[in-house]
Amino acid sequence: MAINLEFIGRTYPPTQPYSVGREKIREFALALGNTSRCFFDVTTARALGYPDLIAPPTFASIFTMKAGEQVLFDPALGLDYTRVVHGDQRFIQHRPIFAGDELACVVSVDSIRSVAGNDMVTVKADVSAENGDPVSTVYSLVVSRVVEG
Amino acid sequence: MTLISSSQVSVGQELPSQEFVFTRADLIKYAGASGDFNVIHWNERVAQEVGLPSVIAHGMLTMGTVVRVVTDWLGDPGNVIEYSARFTRPIPVPDTIEGVTITVTATVTELIENHRATISISAIHNEATVLAKSVVTVQLAP
Repeated sequence: MAINLEFIGRTYPPTQPYSVGREKIREFALALGNTSRCFFDVTTARALGYPDLIAPPTFASIFTMKAGEQVLFDPALGLDYTRVVHGDQRFIQHRPIFAGDELACVVSVDSIRSVAGNDMVTVKADVSAENGDPVSTVYSLVVSRVVEG
Repeated sequence: MTLISSSQVSVGQELPSQEFVFTRADLIKYAGASGDFNVIHWNERVAQEVGLPSVIAHGMLTMGTVVRVVTDWLGDPGNVIEYSARFTRPIPVPDTIEGVTITVTATVTELIENHRATISISAIHNEATVLAKSVVTVQLAP
């Protein structure tokens, strides 16, 4: 099934806020093998001027990838998710993410291209805090690889 | 914590390089921590059925790991303003004790206004680049 270009520009309602927890930050940092104290120790994070534990730079991928599934898993998009690989990724941090944040995502379809049979979809997630302040803008490109033969 | 001042940084400067190892256990841990349970990262049978040589590392595991070359140097990971990467080559992770090794270097490519700098990261596995256009923009101290 061909990819549905009508999805380009489509914007979805804000997601239920993701609650950033201290233990999730610690678990995520450990999974990256990163033992920097500001991910684990509140006193260290506060000494850097932050309100609580700070999250690693790619932490937003946890909930933005989930939010992007609204688009990518929609059968009407026509993306073969079994052949999907991650093409590229970009994080713009308007401010760091902290434990205690409640973060909502507004997902939109930034672009869809089909190159040599590979379907490429870029999903944008605008992440904002409870007070509406922008926190991150995250772009993810996924590629559904052409079936060979 | 000593923050790095923009006056101490110059274009072409190389950051201390690091090596990182991924084993199957690291992929499982990252799947759990990130919530990315795509089967190509843990199921050999399915990975091969879709034409991959083996289970492959999550692109986001690679991206999240290699940025440490910058954040360890920077001291404060909150000073990462922007971070982008293209996943050019999957990293197959065989079921071995030693796993796979990624060698990471980083070079300051540009000094920009407001005491910011861009740093280009190179990540090599098996003599091949696994990330392209991997660029971090950081905030430095005045």
